[in-house]
Amino acid sequence: MNLYTYASPANFYTLAGRLIPWFAWGAGILTLWGLYIAFFLAPTDFQQSEAYRIIFIHVPAAWMSMFIYLVMAFWGAIGLAFNTRLSFMMARALAPTGAMFTFVALWTGAWWGKPMWGAWWVWDARLTSELILLFLYVGIIALWAAIDDIKRGDRAGSLLTLIGSINVPIIYFSVKWWNTLHQGASVSVTKAPSMAAIMLQGMLILSIAAWLYTIAVVLVRVRRIILERERQTEWVKALLEKES
Amino acid sequence: MEWASWSDFWHMGGYGFYVWGSFGVTAACVLVEVVLLKRAAGETRRRLKRMQQWEEQ
Repeated sequence: MNLYTYASPANFYTLAGRLIPWFAWGAGILTLWGLYIAFFLAPTDFQQSEAYRIIFIHVPAAWMSMFIYLVMAFWGAIGLAFNTRLSFMMARALAPTGAMFTFVALWTGAWWGKPMWGAWWVWDARLTSELILLFLYVGIIALWAAIDDIKRGDRAGSLLTLIGSINVPIIYFSVKWWNTLHQGASVSVTKAPSMAAIMLQGMLILSIAAWLYTIAVVLVRVRRIILERERQTEWVKALLEKES
Repeated sequence: MEWASWSDFWHMGGYGFYVWGSFGVTAACVLVEVVLLKRAAGETRRRLKRMQQWEEQ
């Protein structure tokens, strides 16, 4: 079997259909496990009492908001470079979920900031660059929706995605480069995490759950896009025929 | 176990409003995305099938 087989929308459609339930169930089970750790195993924080439990969704959501953007930029770049149909479809399918996680990161940040900083929002570098990320997602989705010609839309949207990807390292390093009210990273690759092991475990499990969830919904969405775009082909006609 | 009772649990050490406001809206976002996606997927299939039946006539 050749790996490129799945670059063909017809084969990928079938493969995705088979994979979706696995990712969805995995996401569900890990979410329950992660929430159990978040609420029943993780101890009360000595500084922030119970308010810190917001971290269990805030951090995974913020990670996802950046990761999804980079994955989207990756597919956009592949599409622009090699003109592969499926790449652009993947990019389009990722955007709404990325926007959703960005919104969740901002929202939970506000609801954490209010009790801890006394403010729902401050214009510090971390919060502002994350807000720009949300505007980028919304702008890219709007651009795709506004251009009727699918190929031109794909290219324009992916170009905007690539230009906007400069914002991702800005978000990530903002807490280092500028004096922000937002705290620095609690978890990083270079040093030991500055939090209890059980907290870290809960956060990582919920992050994996968020990944599996993202893969599941993106596969559902990309299947729909494949059907739309390939509706004139024999395989889609045969598929719909079989179902009706 | 951290909690003496369920009311203790919902109270979240006085931060219940903020903790549940965060988790609740997150759950709502995920739910809305899943429901919208299911609806859109069903709608696309139905529309494509209708178009196909049209073409066959």
